[in-house]
Amino acid sequence: MSDNYRTIVKDGMWDNNGVLCQLLGMCPTMAMTTSATNGFGMGMATMLVMAASNLLVAIFRKQITQEVRIPVYILIVAAMVTLVDLTFNAWMHELYKVLGLFIPLIVSNCLPLGRLEVYASREPVMASFLDGLFMGLGFTAALTAIGAMREIVGSGTLFADASLLLGPAFKVLEIRLLPVETNVLVAILPPGGFLATGLLVVIKRMIDLRMGKAIATGPAGHTVGSHA
Amino acid sequence: MNFDLRGKKSTTLHAIILGVFSTAFGALLAFTDILTADEIALRMAEDLQASLVQVIPPAIHDNNPVKDSITLKEGAKDLIVYRALKDGKVTGVAYEIAGNGYAGEIKLILGVDAEGKILGVRATAFKETPGLGDKIDAKKSDWITRFNGLSMGNPPREKWAVKKDGGQFDQFSGATITPRAVVTAIRKGLDVFDHNKARILEVRS
Repeated sequence: MSDNYRTIVKDGMWDNNGVLCQLLGMCPTMAMTTSATNGFGMGMATMLVMAASNLLVAIFRKQITQEVRIPVYILIVAAMVTLVDLTFNAWMHELYKVLGLFIPLIVSNCLPLGRLEVYASREPVMASFLDGLFMGLGFTAALTAIGAMREIVGSGTLFADASLLLGPAFKVLEIRLLPVETNVLVAILPPGGFLATGLLVVIKRMIDLRMGKAIATGPAGHTVGSHA
Repeated sequence: MNFDLRGKKSTTLHAIILGVFSTAFGALLAFTDILTADEIALRMAEDLQASLVQVIPPAIHDNNPVKDSITLKEGAKDLIVYRALKDGKVTGVAYEIAGNGYAGEIKLILGVDAEGKILGVRATAFKETPGLGDKIDAKKSDWITRFNGLSMGNPPREKWAVKKDGGQFDQFSGATITPRAVVTAIRKGLDVFDHNKARILEVRS
């Protein structure tokens, strides 16, 4: 059983990473990675929704019939997003002011829907919950990496405004790596998102090749649109 | 009527399942909404209070500007003016202004003293490009504080524009549309003050 869990962790974080292998969730990936902090925030909000909706679908997987599963999944994801939105606004208001912008965007992400279809609809509750959690964490890692690449090249900083998102203790994360004059604006503009994502996919595949692994092209949610 | 509830093709069964899920999650959301509504309203009021404090210094008033607000008719829209009073006199006002940015509306709050001098401006809601247009945010840059102490006439009206348009205000590198929107919004905001000065400063007791 613990072997199974290890596979879930490895799949989510690396082998079948939502962004770098499945190429799902491209809309928030491109839009929200103008800085490492933004990417991280978007990733964490998505992770919450994925863990919760994977859990719910796994619990009710025997009751949800094949024919109505897609509307039910969308219903569950949308409900979880709204739930997170309202509770954050009410009880974690400081965090909400920073993350609030990202939360509604999760509905347009195909990764949660893809995991419900491919994983949570057929696997046990605990495994599904972990799959949601680690797929979300892998998504966060990829978005933070893309955000860091774009931020360093585009603004010369790394983790700017991390203290706004995580609290004053994280002020130490905020560093300036390059002087303002060297900023390459295109990295922050939309083309930078495509360039950074593409570059990261290449880097990941090169590492896999060097380590002698076959390139894993995971199930890209074949019954769902392949991107959002 | 022939309901075959076990048959794979039973439309009724699917309708029931979908209906039950919709009702259950609808109820869950309604319940969450009821639970959070008061709290969210409270947070919004705190946010308003916090943004007012930034544009009306606490030293110039002894009232609660949120309570002593008046409503002006600006075109078709209502404009709520929060008034700071000291010893029964208006010492400053704050109201929301808006400009058209690069990515939709930029909402700002403008604080003006009784003579029409700017006490402070803060961007409260906007979707400008992070790293570019978001330098209007006081948390990210002090650009927005350059308007403090200025008024219509200082600089003269035609200089209330970004440098690119012949005005006196710096745009920031890579972004012209955002600062232009902010400067225009402030200029219009000062006009609102001038047009309604009598009404704004009038205290009925």
